[in-house]
Amino acid sequence: MAIARVSTLPETPVEAGLGGTSSYLYASKVSVAYAGRDADIVTAIDRIDLSIDRGEFVCLLGPSGCGKTTFLNVVAGFLPVSSGVLTLKGKAIDRPGPDRAMVFQQPGLLPWRDVLHNVTFGLEMSGRMRRREAIVRAGELLELVGLAEFARSFPHQLSGGMQQRVNLARALAVRPELLLLDEPFASVDAQTRESLQAELLAICKAPEVTALFVTHDIGEAVFLADRICILTSRPGRIVREVRVRLPKPRDEVRLKPEFLAYVQEVSGVLRSAAATAGKSENREEKRHGDDRP
Amino acid sequence: MATIVLDETGVPRRQGSAWQAQMGPRTERIVLGTAFIVAVLVAWQVVTALGIEPPIILPSPSDVVGAFRELFSSSDIWADFAASGEELLYGFALAAAVGIAAGLLIGWYPRLGYFFDPFINLLYAIPRVALGPLLVVWLGIGLSSKVALVFLIAVFPVLVNTSSGIRSLDPHLLRVARCFGASDLKIFRTIALPGSVPFILGGLRLAVGQSLIGVFVAELLGAQFGIGAMVENAGEQFQTDTVFAGLLIFAVAGLLLTAIVRWLERRFDAWRV
Ligand SMILES: Nc1ncnc2c1ncn2[C@@H]1O[C@H](COP(=O)(O)OP(=O)(O)OP(=O)(O)O)[C@@H](O)[C@H]1O
Ligand SMILES: [Mg+2]
Repeated sequence: MAIARVSTLPETPVEAGLGGTSSYLYASKVSVAYAGRDADIVTAIDRIDLSIDRGEFVCLLGPSGCGKTTFLNVVAGFLPVSSGVLTLKGKAIDRPGPDRAMVFQQPGLLPWRDVLHNVTFGLEMSGRMRRREAIVRAGELLELVGLAEFARSFPHQLSGGMQQRVNLARALAVRPELLLLDEPFASVDAQTRESLQAELLAICKAPEVTALFVTHDIGEAVFLADRICILTSRPGRIVREVRVRLPKPRDEVRLKPEFLAYVQEVSGVLRSAAATAGKSENREEKRHGDDRP
Repeated sequence: MATIVLDETGVPRRQGSAWQAQMGPRTERIVLGTAFIVAVLVAWQVVTALGIEPPIILPSPSDVVGAFRELFSSSDIWADFAASGEELLYGFALAAAVGIAAGLLIGWYPRLGYFFDPFINLLYAIPRVALGPLLVVWLGIGLSSKVALVFLIAVFPVLVNTSSGIRSLDPHLLRVARCFGASDLKIFRTIALPGSVPFILGGLRLAVGQSLIGVFVAELLGAQFGIGAMVENAGEQFQTDTVFAGLLIFAVAGLLLTAIVRWLERRFDAWRV
């Protein structure tokens, strides 16, 4: 493999009962349920097992509504797990932390701040850097995502793709160890998407950066991932993991037969994964029927 | 037949005739708005010239101009301006300060909202000018009862708008901030406050108009000086032209103050395309 995999020991001794693992991120039988209407419970993800090493790039791929965003939210610490064990560096995740940064599907930029100060926003919120340093750092990141000349523009003056690059820069500015990305390039045009994917891959080359990337796009997953986890329809379970052994950097890989073979394999798995969900879909239809007065 | 064209914002617009199409929508708006005012003035002058009603009932526009000239030839008018201005300024400033501060708190802390909202809605619903006589009983006919009435009338639109501004903040932005580990105080300062500025300004714009009503009513209840008191006196002496002049002063003051707030709104609105 071209990517350097640094196997690190956990910083704190793994607590007994948390699963005893040396994985960077470790999920064991993680389920999340939402309280629906009237005591109704919607299980979004169902007993997910996943362990990710430091420096790995993992893509979550699955049909719409299978709980990918939900899983990212529990890893980010926004949402408690309903059952199961979820640890980061051996410690249970119970709140957002400065070691993680999330890139949401919507840019979520502050409309009254210019691009530069949108990028410093994360740094300000985590309060780990002086203002002056934060601005320098933000400038560097704008350079990286190719928006240096738009530092003084406001979000509404940017295209959707450019806004999404600002969103990415804002998350990278805090130097997170774990990047959580929720379909960050879904609203971006194809060319921009490819260049952003290449940039992201370059950024995640650093051995200490781990990425968990949610996408609908099989090609994107194969291009980016060291490993692709494929989920079933709701409630989401991981049905299959595909390890992508394509050398990095992958700039010219898209037309190679190995790449296409991976795409074919993954789409086959995905199709059968979507089909396995027939049961839960029926249940949902029945519920809707009951709602009618 | 009317044809549909796209104006510069891309919105289809009916095209009436050639001369209309040559004007931008802004010019069209100004021309039409002015035309109606001029038409009303002309009609008014014509009606009075016909002598249908005596000037004591309906003075002509030129009578009103005369009344203005007379008003401004005496120095009393400046005392009236000073008195009304003072009531308006203190009442409005107090309403803005209290309304914004309380609105921020009530919008930010849901429990405070649960606690105060029903009472605030109750007070908002009653015609607050009706509190005037009560305030005179409690505070006398001096400055304090007048400021209190203006305050009570103006504070509610500010408060209600501010709190609903806080409540309608983009939840996604709040999530982003939390994701970066922001404290509540930081979220308040960087998102809640700037995010609710347009709502606060909207509330202030409503409050300006209401404050003027407060000033007028407060002075009707007994005052030595003030534009409202001047109108009231003139009315008692059947100087109808002076009454009209006073009403015009109120109208112009309202327009000016609202224009200032609108200008502020536009400045802060630049980013909300
Ligand atoms: N706040 C919520 N309350 C109740 N149910 C929810 C909530 N959020 C999500 N769900 C349910 O959980 C399931 C998973 O949602 P989630 O957003 O995680 O899906 P997803 O895989 O990210 O879908 P997509 O690919 O469309 O973004 C959905 O079927 C939805 O009905
Ligand atoms: Mg999602």
